[in-house]
Amino acid sequence: MTSTLHRPTPDPTPPAPAEEGRSARSLVDAVFRAREIAIGGALALLILGTWLANPGFLDDQGVKDLLLNSSILVLLAVGQSVVVMTRNIDLSVGSVVGLTAFACGHFVAGTDHSALTVVLLGIALGTVCGLVSGALVSFGRVPALVVTLGMLYIIQGIDHAWAHGEQINAANVPDGVLSLGSGSVLGVPYLPLISAAVLAATGYFLRTYRSGRELYAIGSSPDAARLAGIPVRRRILAAYAFSGAVAGFAGALWLARFGTVVADAANGWELTVVSAVVVGGVAITGGTGSVWGAALGALLLTTIGSALVVLKVDSFWQQAITGVLLLAAITTDRVVQVRTTSALRKRSRR
Amino acid sequence: MEKPDKGPAPVLALRGVSKSFGAVRALHDVSLELRSGEIHALAGENGAGKSTLIKTLAGVHRPDEGQLLLAGDPVVFHGPADARNAGIAVIYQEPTLFPDLSIAENIFMGRQPRRSAGRIDRKAVHRATAALMSRLGVALDPQRPARGLSIADQQIVEIAKALSFDARVLIMDEPTAALTGGETARLFAVVRTLRAEGAAVLFISHRLEEIFGLCSHVTTLRDGRHVASEPLDGLTEDDLVRRMVGRDLDDLYPKAAAEPGATVLSVRRLTREGVFRDVSFDVRRGEIVALAGLVGAGRSEVAQAVFGVDRADAGEVRVDGRVLPAGSPTAAMDAGLALVPEDRRLRGLVMEMSIERNIGLTGLRSVRRRGLVSRALEHGRAADWAVKLQLKYNRLADPVSVLSGGNQQKVVLAKWLATDPAVLIVDEPTRGIDVGTKAEVHRLLSALAADGLAVLMVSSDLPEVLRMADRILVMHEGRLTAEIPRERATEETVMAAATGRTAEKEPTP
Ligand SMILES: Nc1ncnc2c1ncn2[C@@H]1O[C@H](COP(=O)(O)OP(=O)(O)OP(=O)(O)O)[C@@H](O)[C@H]1O
Ligand SMILES: [Mg+2]
Repeated sequence: MTSTLHRPTPDPTPPAPAEEGRSARSLVDAVFRAREIAIGGALALLILGTWLANPGFLDDQGVKDLLLNSSILVLLAVGQSVVVMTRNIDLSVGSVVGLTAFACGHFVAGTDHSALTVVLLGIALGTVCGLVSGALVSFGRVPALVVTLGMLYIIQGIDHAWAHGEQINAANVPDGVLSLGSGSVLGVPYLPLISAAVLAATGYFLRTYRSGRELYAIGSSPDAARLAGIPVRRRILAAYAFSGAVAGFAGALWLARFGTVVADAANGWELTVVSAVVVGGVAITGGTGSVWGAALGALLLTTIGSALVVLKVDSFWQQAITGVLLLAAITTDRVVQVRTTSALRKRSRR
Repeated sequence: MEKPDKGPAPVLALRGVSKSFGAVRALHDVSLELRSGEIHALAGENGAGKSTLIKTLAGVHRPDEGQLLLAGDPVVFHGPADARNAGIAVIYQEPTLFPDLSIAENIFMGRQPRRSAGRIDRKAVHRATAALMSRLGVALDPQRPARGLSIADQQIVEIAKALSFDARVLIMDEPTAALTGGETARLFAVVRTLRAEGAAVLFISHRLEEIFGLCSHVTTLRDGRHVASEPLDGLTEDDLVRRMVGRDLDDLYPKAAAEPGATVLSVRRLTREGVFRDVSFDVRRGEIVALAGLVGAGRSEVAQAVFGVDRADAGEVRVDGRVLPAGSPTAAMDAGLALVPEDRRLRGLVMEMSIERNIGLTGLRSVRRRGLVSRALEHGRAADWAVKLQLKYNRLADPVSVLSGGNQQKVVLAKWLATDPAVLIVDEPTRGIDVGTKAEVHRLLSALAADGLAVLMVSSDLPEVLRMADRILVMHEGRLTAEIPRERATEETVMAAATGRTAEKEPTP
């Protein structure tokens, strides 16, 4: 019935919204939901399987560990996906976590500063790092990969020079700060609650605010975004600032959780974070995906790690599995994109 | 400088504006006045500077010299947002959509209606989009993503975008290039309503009949310079062409009737489920066969299936009697087929690569020396074609993306003509190409046919089809409905078959 679309005879009443149109939308919806459902399903299977093999995996402590272990990665994944959505990448997050954790530890060692002060300090420090990367990428027009890789090494260097082989010991960290990492409400530890709150707020923001939508637009087509009058560079700067802030927050939480911090804490995490985001359906080419998917991706990667420990499998396998998942995710992204494009094209022309 | 004028100050004006890109002077001391309630045409050859002028008005380019006047006052636009806030709506020559986002989001990006606390009012966005779509008379679902839209539909979304806010000035850069007659008529009706409401409109097209049908004034550019600004009343098409080209144009001449030779391309019962069915035809040496029909009738899809870009579900394609393997463009090229695709941005060009490399891409074999690509051969070949097609460029090493829209189209043509094919399939060969070059392209195709090339031409430009084709195959809703020989081809017979009103004659199997 939509063949009336291209008839030369203008009819006064426009045709009703097409059946095809509706199914085109649901097709696309289905594709994206499918990703989240697939990851959710894999996660459930993994947990179930591991629990059957070792019931200890899901006792109180086991669940608590799982939540605690994943919360920092989830937090970082949320920050990273906001950057990846704009067709950029932030490889410096691991080093920012390391730096802020150490800096916060250094700052509170032997004092009785409150948890809030430490968190604020972490966020401020992370934001500064993010702003530097962001400014170079957006206003300096240096490719994101180069900038953030450079930042990764610079921050790591600063961190090592500063730490000089020292480490922060839990004994020196005030109890108020440590209780942020170990305390809980109604049996649920603070950390996952914090991550969930950041996740929900970010997800809501990206969906419901103009500037949130503009981040997707920038990733989908930077040229079109410029022509649409979107302040592209400011938005990208903001995305990096956010990613930095979140990484700084995560650094403070790292200190609160572990107490003992060495200079290269979270070393190498950037790749895990990017993997989580991509596995979770945020396309590395920008414009699609959600923080919810990214969080699921982070949860999945953490759970795989924990499950392998419980199952007493060599930890080498964890990396191999992550790699396989990553390749699978990128391949699916590509295949799905090609498939939906041709499906949509058919619907458009009929 | 303009003479002191009659009415109130123009809504938007350019005064003495110049703009260069490196060594290229795209605009040189150009002035233009847009008045409320007036539809103004901008004419000029490919590369004359029309799109550059528009981008200057839109805040994309900042003029090197000269001024922009908004209601008589000088303004500086720091970006597209400034121009938009000043009530200037622009439809760019190339669609600028976000493929991952819905049509509704594409239209309202950055300007979504909001509820309390700055939250986007999703329902209002969809309502407004649906209203725009019905105003334009199209059935596009506001919530489907822009990815995969046909060029015509992309253009519709661009138009909807421009209409989505109360523009004082509406600027349209070749909005009709990809539209059918019906869609164009609908667009013009909407534009006339806007004019009646007091908007100023600037309109670009290479189709003179559209300029004369819609506009009251015209400004002509040649090589970035201002040639004339005048009312269209009393002007003839020839006058306008002379202003654009700077000389009288030879008559657009029809294809010389050639004695067709042996059959080279023969297509039998080609079918692609849900797109086209049971398509059979032959093309002989020296013959130009047009595939006519409405947009969406499946013409481009047939062309792509013949070339193997899309895999056909059934049927066969033979070149010189040998069956082509299905779905293999490489095999098709080896057999001597060439396809000039419809969507040059997507399939025709590698935008970041240089002009010469783009032209060279299809002929990597012929410019190879001892297994390596010879830059000198590649350059020579490109230079050759650039002259033949009157390409307007700075250096052959420049990326294709800096060429004007029409000149990009010429590069696509050159790229395929350079393969020296036995069968040339061209999809909309002159879309966006100026009158002078159009005649040149027609002359070239005709000459190539006379040398024994077989041409299959998909075209929505009826005059072009009637002038060029030895035979016209008409498609309607995925089927071949008529085969009309040159002698009986008229606008009426073709349109009748295209709209499915008559079946002229069953095509020969
Ligand atoms: N960004 C750019 N960088 C370099 N040169 C450019 C750029 N944009 C345009 N040009 C050059 O400026 C000249 C005018 O181009 P413009 O796009 O304005 O032509 P046009 O009149 O719109 O032509 P068409 O009818 O083919 O669309 C061309 O020679 C083109 O190559
Ligand atoms: Mg142009």
